[in-house]
Amino acid sequence: MRTTIRPKREPKKVAAAPSPVYGLMAQFDGPESLLHAAEKAAEAGYTRMDGYSPFPIEELAETMGKKVNWYPWCIFVGGLTGLATAFFMIYYATVLDYPMVIQGRPYFNWQTSVPIFFELSILLAAFTTVGGLLIGSRLPELYHPVFNVPQFERASQDSFFLCIESRDPQFDRRLTQQFLEGLHPLNIAEVSQ
Amino acid sequence: MASTDPVEYRGDVEYKETLLGPGNTFKTITDRINGIVLSPLPKTPVSILIGLAIAFALLLVFLYAVAQLLIIGIGVWGVNIPVGWGIDIVNFVWWIGIGHAGTLISAILLLMRQEWRTSINRAAEAMTLFAVACAGFYPLFHTGRPWLDYWMVPYPNSLGLWPQFQSPLEWDVWAITTYATVSLLFWLTGLIPDFAALRDQAENVWVKRIYGALALGWRGSAGHWQRYEFAVLILAGLSTPLVVSVHSIVSLDFAAGIVPGWHVTLFPPYFVAGAVFAGFAMVMLLMIPLRHLYGLKDFITLRHFDLMAKVTLATGLIVFYGYMMELFFAWYSGNIFEEAVATNRFFGPYSWSYWALIFCNGLAPQIFWFKSMRQNLWVCFITSLIISVGMWLERWVIIPISLTRDFVPSSWGYYTPTIFDWLTYIGTFGLFFTLFLLFVRVLPLIAGFEMRGLQQKMNEESAHKREVARHGRTEKAPAPAGD
Repeated sequence: MRTTIRPKREPKKVAAAPSPVYGLMAQFDGPESLLHAAEKAAEAGYTRMDGYSPFPIEELAETMGKKVNWYPWCIFVGGLTGLATAFFMIYYATVLDYPMVIQGRPYFNWQTSVPIFFELSILLAAFTTVGGLLIGSRLPELYHPVFNVPQFERASQDSFFLCIESRDPQFDRRLTQQFLEGLHPLNIAEVSQ
Repeated sequence: MASTDPVEYRGDVEYKETLLGPGNTFKTITDRINGIVLSPLPKTPVSILIGLAIAFALLLVFLYAVAQLLIIGIGVWGVNIPVGWGIDIVNFVWWIGIGHAGTLISAILLLMRQEWRTSINRAAEAMTLFAVACAGFYPLFHTGRPWLDYWMVPYPNSLGLWPQFQSPLEWDVWAITTYATVSLLFWLTGLIPDFAALRDQAENVWVKRIYGALALGWRGSAGHWQRYEFAVLILAGLSTPLVVSVHSIVSLDFAAGIVPGWHVTLFPPYFVAGAVFAGFAMVMLLMIPLRHLYGLKDFITLRHFDLMAKVTLATGLIVFYGYMMELFFAWYSGNIFEEAVATNRFFGPYSWSYWALIFCNGLAPQIFWFKSMRQNLWVCFITSLIISVGMWLERWVIIPISLTRDFVPSSWGYYTPTIFDWLTYIGTFGLFFTLFLLFVRVLPLIAGFEMRGLQQKMNEESAHKREVARHGRTEKAPAPAGD
């Protein structure tokens, strides 16, 4: 017969339980209203937010403080890698491994190597472009909390959304809702995680 | 966005000056383009089904011809000494050339900020991919022992050998692989936002899942769009020199040889212009029936044909300049072999093809000087057919015919393509049209998100015009669309 009584395990204390609410989403009917709303939100000091649209809107990303920093450099490095690969491949084959005199030309001549240098640079730069796009955007990401909002389906078709995340230091369920209402959206929805 | 304009869109009315007919909203644009894709399979238009049946039959002809080639050998084709490269290589250059117009429309017109590319670039880029697939068959299978094609790729092997990096034929391997890959990447990247729209509009759960997987979870986030626009601009910037380099390398297959009629320094720009020429003709041929069938006349308007015909005319003039220059070189070089090439083209046994070429490529496109002709779709269709034939004849005159008469008369010969040559060529049409019609059925043939962007630009312009009319003052004017 058991004599010891094990105490009930205390629930583990975590630093901050993740909020069941991902954020608040406001729907707008046009790109101008979304851009205007984003400007107001940036002025109000919100940093963790995102705008969703069915086509790219100029200046929207900059208004929200998003930048592409490392991406162009990655592509440049990718192109250089392609060039270096082509160079070493041809140099190794024609100078180091099996040199042959062809048409009286030197073993390695850059003129006849230009087409392959060019093509490989472009190929690797293209891979880096697409790879950088996917990795930088963390795609594929088949699930995201914003998909929980039923009307978000329209974001890829004809509607515009602004979502302020609960992770934002200024986020407050009530005050942020009031702020969004002041922007006169079509509707406001709570986004669950 | 709700348009205050009471006009309804009309997909069956011809518009001569605008790039996008009035009365469209973001919703109608999305619904119309995706409606073609998401309509239930039994509701596929009959003409598409008939086209697919014919194309598939031709595809089977292709498989038969290829099987004969693999089992029996290159002898089933008409190539022999002296003509070692016959219509197999003519068809290769013809198909690759057609592909280049798609890349020009997607990439080069994007860099030049030409908005008339918007409604045609998706289908044109698809045309490129399928044309490159048809073209790629030929260099792989004309090698005689196609199972040894991997020898063209540098890998450490027991023979200790490497490919001949100094040969344009090896450059072709790299160029065409790169071109096919980069075109595919560009096309797929462009499709991601449209897959997202299809995912969101689809009702069948499996259709939703498939497009959803392809859309990679795209949600139209501003940060993503920012990176996306940069990526598309970079890919366009990479594709532009790629197009020029690929067809230049293809032309160097001939220009690097010493055969008179081949050894012409003009070939790289001349071939690239010819490729764009043939490709635009093919784009017009494809767009005319498609826009009529699906009622997209306000998306692909007569203004598009006006501009496409202008590009066709311009590149046709460059190609004609090339013909004149070849004759000039023949005289100015003082080289009897070069002169003989010209004499052979005018009066030799294949002179019928040269004169047909001059008519098809030199004379026929001149009709496009007249705007009423550029915007007449029958004229565009028939002239495009003539141009396609003409460009085939150009490669015929350059490639096999130059080989029939090279330096020493004892080497001269004749060339007749065999039935298998023709079956293979007709079969590549089967491959092309099967792929293209499948594309039309299951993928959006117009870039929806770009059309929405164009509609937004036109909305901004008309709002600006209304404000100027009301207040009589000019604020920051948006850049004009449609030129």
